[in-house]
Amino acid sequence: MDYLLQMKNISKTFGEVAALHHVNFEVGANEIVGLLGDNGAGKSTLVKIITGYHHPDPGGEIFWKDEKVERLSVARARELGIEVVYQERALADLQSLWRNIFMGRELSNRLGVLDIKTMVEETRKLMSTAMGFTSAAVSPESTVGTFSGGERQGVAITRALYFEAGLIILDEPTMGLSLSETQKCLDFVAGIKSAGKAAIFIDHNIVHVYPVADRIVVLDRGTVAGQFMKGELAFDELIDRLTRLARTGRLESNNHVA
Amino acid sequence: MDSVAETRPLSPTAQRGRFAKLLRMYALQIAIVFVAVLLWAFFFWRSTLTWGAYDIYNSLMTTTPYFALIAIPLTLVVVAKEIDLSFGSIMAWGMAAFSVVFLLFRETNPQLGIYLGFLVCLLAGLFAGWLNGFIVVKFGIPSLVATLGTQFFWRGVVLVITNGQGLGMTVVKDTLLYPLLVGRIGDLIPMQFVWTIIFAVVTWFFLNRHKFGAHVYLVGDNLESARLMGVDVNRTKILAFCAVGVASAFAGFVVSAQILFFWPTLGEGYLLSTLASVFLGGTSVFGGTGTVFGTFVAAFIIAIINPGIVAAGWTAYWTQLIYGLIIVVSVSLQAILRRRLA
Repeated sequence: MDYLLQMKNISKTFGEVAALHHVNFEVGANEIVGLLGDNGAGKSTLVKIITGYHHPDPGGEIFWKDEKVERLSVARARELGIEVVYQERALADLQSLWRNIFMGRELSNRLGVLDIKTMVEETRKLMSTAMGFTSAAVSPESTVGTFSGGERQGVAITRALYFEAGLIILDEPTMGLSLSETQKCLDFVAGIKSAGKAAIFIDHNIVHVYPVADRIVVLDRGTVAGQFMKGELAFDELIDRLTRLARTGRLESNNHVA
Repeated sequence: MDSVAETRPLSPTAQRGRFAKLLRMYALQIAIVFVAVLLWAFFFWRSTLTWGAYDIYNSLMTTTPYFALIAIPLTLVVVAKEIDLSFGSIMAWGMAAFSVVFLLFRETNPQLGIYLGFLVCLLAGLFAGWLNGFIVVKFGIPSLVATLGTQFFWRGVVLVITNGQGLGMTVVKDTLLYPLLVGRIGDLIPMQFVWTIIFAVVTWFFLNRHKFGAHVYLVGDNLESARLMGVDVNRTKILAFCAVGVASAFAGFVVSAQILFFWPTLGEGYLLSTLASVFLGGTSVFGGTGTVFGTFVAAFIIAIINPGIVAAGWTAYWTQLIYGLIIVVSVSLQAILRRRLA
């Protein structure tokens, strides 16, 4: 299998707290990986390492398309094409829609002078296509703090799409969404697959992850407790095993741990 | 003809919509101008003699820049959800650095000493601003505390360097800096007022038309998301503090050049009026919003309060009370507005 992303022997300690120990994790080309785990299992830490926000402890290695990446930074990760949809919490509420879409990657000339006209135009285009905003009250100049939860999620997702990401990470994208908004979000994940791209779908709600993921990786207390291929396990069986994991700290896996 | 007639009925409402949108977008700026005009009209009514003559405007344009020059870049720092209390001491620190260079050249080439000293003054201000930013960013100390500390520190440095003594600066009159910084255009417009406008335009440009300003807004609005989206948060903050540092040193030089004397107490007493300008101008103490235009207009509102009160025949003791009130009221209004939005 061709790997888009490979992480080997990743550990991360914050002071005395070990958030991850010796984790191996990979994402195949055009694969949707569901990442499951309780609060504190290390999902967020793993994601923040992939996005360059945290650096792994010495010994950990990261490969992108089989090439080793030294010192991954947020900017470098975005250059590679790793894009995160961090819920709505990665929006700046008091700023306009277009400033949020282009946050941290503003279009500008070499001197740093903003190309506002293009950014507003692009935002307007994205609004009617990707975001599906139809209300006349919303314009590229509207502040996102006034948007509904679903609209804000739409902004975050659209932002990831606009920049042609190869790997899209969705960090609990369905949290706080209504039923129809959740469905829209899941459709979007399916869309990533058909567009030939890869995704990591993080959620603690297995109901959402199960139908869309090609492979499910379960994290528990900083280690990979097990993983399952799609169709390998019936939904009910998976839930049973996860419940036992929560109780005993042990997961009966069909052993696909890399 | 037909198509024109068809589109026409739509346009008045569309126009009204656009007008309403502009009104909403610039509500704060319109409000601040409204307040300025109202206050001016009130003072004019109380003392037509004072406010009907040119002298008062000449003096306003001369002295308001002393703190407006700092309030304008301070807007960047406050938008980035930080604060700087040390600018008054940095004004004097810049001049203390100037005085060292100036005294070095006093016997040999005093004019050269002035030019070099001016340069060193600006560099000293830049360094002090950078240090503020560095302390805040690297050690994670709240800027309120960090700059309170550097405020005392730099004042102390000034007192040690100058030994508490002032310095006559009449030689400045023989250099180009005098007409450039504090001269008069056509005997009417003080150059420091022109510089204030230049500062405002340049700062506005960087805040609203440049990546740096975009990042300033993002950092102040949501530090965490700015960081997640790859904004260099630390660099942005340090640069904002640097801007205030340089501007403070510049303003310190302007004040000293105007009165041709450097007092080691230079800058004391500007704290309140400068902060009041920023907050009254609509820049939120919670970060993420604010305009240079608001600060610029508010600086002049602050400036007319004192002479307005005196000319109206009341005691000037009211001034400080009103400044304090302005800060408390404008910051409270921001808090209320913010809660309404949430």
